[in-house]
Amino acid sequence: MDSRGVVITGLGVVSPIGNDVGEFMESLKQGRSGVCFLQELAELKFSCCIAGTPKNFEKARERHFNERQASLMTEATAYAAVAALDAWRDAGLEIPEPDSPVDWDTGAIIGTGIGDMETIAQRIVPMVNDKKVRRMGSRIVEQVMNSGASAKVSGILGLGAQATANSSACSTGTEAVAEAVWKIRAGLAKRMVVGGTEGPSPYTWSGFDAMKVLPRKFNDRPETASRPMSATAAGFVPGAGAGILILEDEQTALERGARIYAKVAGVHVNCGGQRNGGAMTAPNNQGVRRCIHGALQDAGVQPKDIDSISGHLTATFADPIEVQNWAKALGVAPGDFPLINSVKSMTGHCLGAAGAVESIAAALELHHGFLHPSINCEDIHPEIAPFEEKVVRKYTDYPELQCLAKASFGFGDVNSCLVFTKWNA
Amino acid sequence: MELQQVFDKMVEILKPFVKDPAALANADKDTHLIDDLKVNSARMVDIIIESEDAFEVEIDDDEADSIETIGDAVRVIMGKMDPVANPS
Repeated sequence: MDSRGVVITGLGVVSPIGNDVGEFMESLKQGRSGVCFLQELAELKFSCCIAGTPKNFEKARERHFNERQASLMTEATAYAAVAALDAWRDAGLEIPEPDSPVDWDTGAIIGTGIGDMETIAQRIVPMVNDKKVRRMGSRIVEQVMNSGASAKVSGILGLGAQATANSSACSTGTEAVAEAVWKIRAGLAKRMVVGGTEGPSPYTWSGFDAMKVLPRKFNDRPETASRPMSATAAGFVPGAGAGILILEDEQTALERGARIYAKVAGVHVNCGGQRNGGAMTAPNNQGVRRCIHGALQDAGVQPKDIDSISGHLTATFADPIEVQNWAKALGVAPGDFPLINSVKSMTGHCLGAAGAVESIAAALELHHGFLHPSINCEDIHPEIAPFEEKVVRKYTDYPELQCLAKASFGFGDVNSCLVFTKWNA
Repeated sequence: MELQQVFDKMVEILKPFVKDPAALANADKDTHLIDDLKVNSARMVDIIIESEDAFEVEIDDDEADSIETIGDAVRVIMGKMDPVANPS
């Protein structure tokens, strides 16, 4: 047994392609897009009027919360809370009574990329401007603080090891997993509830629309809009959702006979420092490659051991650069390149939740032995053409899948990379 | 509005804020919101806002600070209500 081993024992997801793990996995296998046209965005004169958002969330929410309880939470917190409680149960753990003892061995790191813009825009700004501060009520702070989701979840579960939120733009969800792994390895927690969440809000997406980084010409065919690795990729589709994983130290998981999805064998986080071509909105390629190297080294695996890559791959000009960075970091020719796919081709980009949602996909792929298709890349980007046969475009049974690398990159030139390995009991 | 009606309406307003519903079932005018009903003190402002809406009155901050029991709340609200429209 690996004394530093960290394993995944529970999964919970609220996403554009499913609000529970079963539905999410089925959508992944089917290559089902969760991107839809939103009339609200058209009325607000957005150029991009489509988004990937969770559908019929009320039904999922009712698994854990009544209407009044839900009305006190923001959408982002509700997504995270539902995903966290689902993950907790999925791990075979009991949801404790409110007066149960504190669980000092378990903590929570649930990040968010942008925070709750909806509450700021719909309540704080109008009420302050209308001089109605005294009518705001007591919930505003807990709703807009970035740690709102982790605070809610830790309160329900009575978690005592830590309750915090990380934030590193589009790298947030992946970084949260890395932070939790370090916490467990350091012996400061036996178990962590970890992931990311992002609510749906035009106010969150408006800045990206203004930057012209969202696709403008797919409003009439939303399910084809998220096109990672495609020659006609025209920007990322904004999304929302939450992904939560239960990570445990290997010994604790084994002692209680937990079902193990996969092992988080290696993690690395860094920043390109906005040097050597890196900028607020673009990666220093050296930083990206160092991050991938770091995760492999931490996992003790060689480049040839990587069977599959779950890319950041958002459907922007950065996709070909990312593929090149993977190839250079792994030091392999296109023929020896791992298979590669993008969850975002179906979900759009769930921002701070993306890395967590995609880590859940990775854990499911390793546990069940398959690779999900990366949709909408029939017309492969010319710069990715040498790797075309490595792009997973159809559902693929892959029982031999042993090792999967997942990376996320974000504004601020930040990078995070995880190496997951199959749990071979 | 009769005093009993105001009391009953206050009890309704308090329901979602009370940790122990049994304590509210046996409440009287001396029941302390925080000590007896275990209302989170941070939520007192929400109870004031809901009371303002329910009784169509305005409760200023000093009056709100004086409310410790259900009886206090009823007293403040009764004092605010239009005596013509509410002769009791």
